[in-house]
Amino acid sequence: MTAASSEAPPRMRLSVDVALHRGGFALDVAFAIDGPTFLRGPNGAGKSTLLRAILGLEPLDRGRVTLAERTLVDTTRGIDLPPEARNIGWVPQGAALFPHLSALGNVAFAASVADAEAALAQVGALHLAHRSARVLSGGERQRVALARALVRRPSLLLLDEPLSALDPAARAELRALLATTLTALHIPSLVVTHDAGDIAALGGPIIDLDNGRLVAAP
Amino acid sequence: MRPVSRPEQSAAAASPSGRPLRRRERRLALVLGLPLLVLLTVPLVGLVFYAGPSALIAGLAHPATTQALLLSLATSLAALLVVIVLGTPLAWWLARGGRGTGLVETLVDLPVVLPPAVLGLALLLVLGREGMFGKLLGLELAFTPAAVVLVQVVVAAPFFIQSATAAFRALDPEQLAVARTLGARPAKVFMRIALPLARGGLLAGALLAWARALGEFGATLLFAGNFPGTTQTLPIAIYTALEVDPRAAQAMAMVLLVTALVLLLSVRLLGGSARVVR
Repeated sequence: MTAASSEAPPRMRLSVDVALHRGGFALDVAFAIDGPTFLRGPNGAGKSTLLRAILGLEPLDRGRVTLAERTLVDTTRGIDLPPEARNIGWVPQGAALFPHLSALGNVAFAASVADAEAALAQVGALHLAHRSARVLSGGERQRVALARALVRRPSLLLLDEPLSALDPAARAELRALLATTLTALHIPSLVVTHDAGDIAALGGPIIDLDNGRLVAAP
Repeated sequence: MRPVSRPEQSAAAASPSGRPLRRRERRLALVLGLPLLVLLTVPLVGLVFYAGPSALIAGLAHPATTQALLLSLATSLAALLVVIVLGTPLAWWLARGGRGTGLVETLVDLPVVLPPAVLGLALLLVLGREGMFGKLLGLELAFTPAAVVLVQVVVAAPFFIQSATAAFRALDPEQLAVARTLGARPAKVFMRIALPLARGGLLAGALLAWARALGEFGATLLFAGNFPGTTQTLPIAIYTALEVDPRAAQAMAMVLLVTALVLLLSVRLLGGSARVVR
């Protein structure tokens, strides 16, 4: 069920068709997106697993993922790029900052200090640069993790519940930041969320996932 | 996945009737445990009192001690190096879990519970001059300093591997995965994320392993013998000196006691969670 949003010009496009199983859980989905998109579904629907599969962190039973004309994995052709070669920006749930590094150290882990500072500035977190990752608040952690995901100019951005654990003020701020950042990027992105308010504020097509299957896709 | 206490458990802990142990019960437990505590500490306090702090100075200055101490330091540090270099990758593999790790962990733990005499005998049978591999390879390993190191590696490795495995297991797999998606190969993820975050546990394990190597006695005596200058480590020198020069034995014992105390305090300062026995 490869849904085509046909009118859009063939800019950066993510095309996913994957199947995998972990114990009793099976994931089998196919979709294609070319801009900011929401991924929605109940707990255990397989949202995070789907992100991990796209990232190359979960072995597939079968599948093909292409991103901007580049094949990341194709089980029929024996192609399977490792995570470090896929150029995907990822913010896991809870941000998963490196706790022994500063905010700047986190972003500069895979980039120059100058690029890292620019990325921090882009998300309004330059003033946190020399703060230890351990002492950052929830909203600050999400900003730094977003900078870290953006610093290498990824071809795809995956955000796993970036707004879920935030207080209302931080949530509103980060919503605004995400809205401007995602539309300015011109790359496909998947944002996992449960919140109708987030979807209304950010706007974009929705992929509904339930029990490892697509319920609705753009 | 991190263990999360179930709500009903935390609710029980919070209610006044479910308090863990009241003050009187705790005092009773301490009184019941006191004899053991006395037994654990009195011999060592007695040694310090009997030998006196001056024995430590005299012990360090005694020529027989110096020779044994230097041999002990050289062999135990060599053993520690081997344990860290080979034990770290093994601990990393164990920490990832999966098929076969349970069995390997049991094998790794075995030297901790095995009587040293059994270990020394086994090493002689396998690697001694007349042993299985000794004969085959023409090895002259037994009764050399290399034999001392080998024994220390075997007895010390479990302590490092246990602590390092626990430290690696405590890492957040999501952080390691993020590092991969940022373009880092597994080796870089290990060096820049895993090692720094597991450093406390690795250091604590190394100190415990070193202490165990320094104190090794029984298996060394069987497999490496008791030759001053080549295989007579400090614990064996104590055993030897006991009959001819008890003051020297006490002095050397003081040296080892102080070393052990310093090592243990260092382990506690490094995080306190590392225990000699899991």
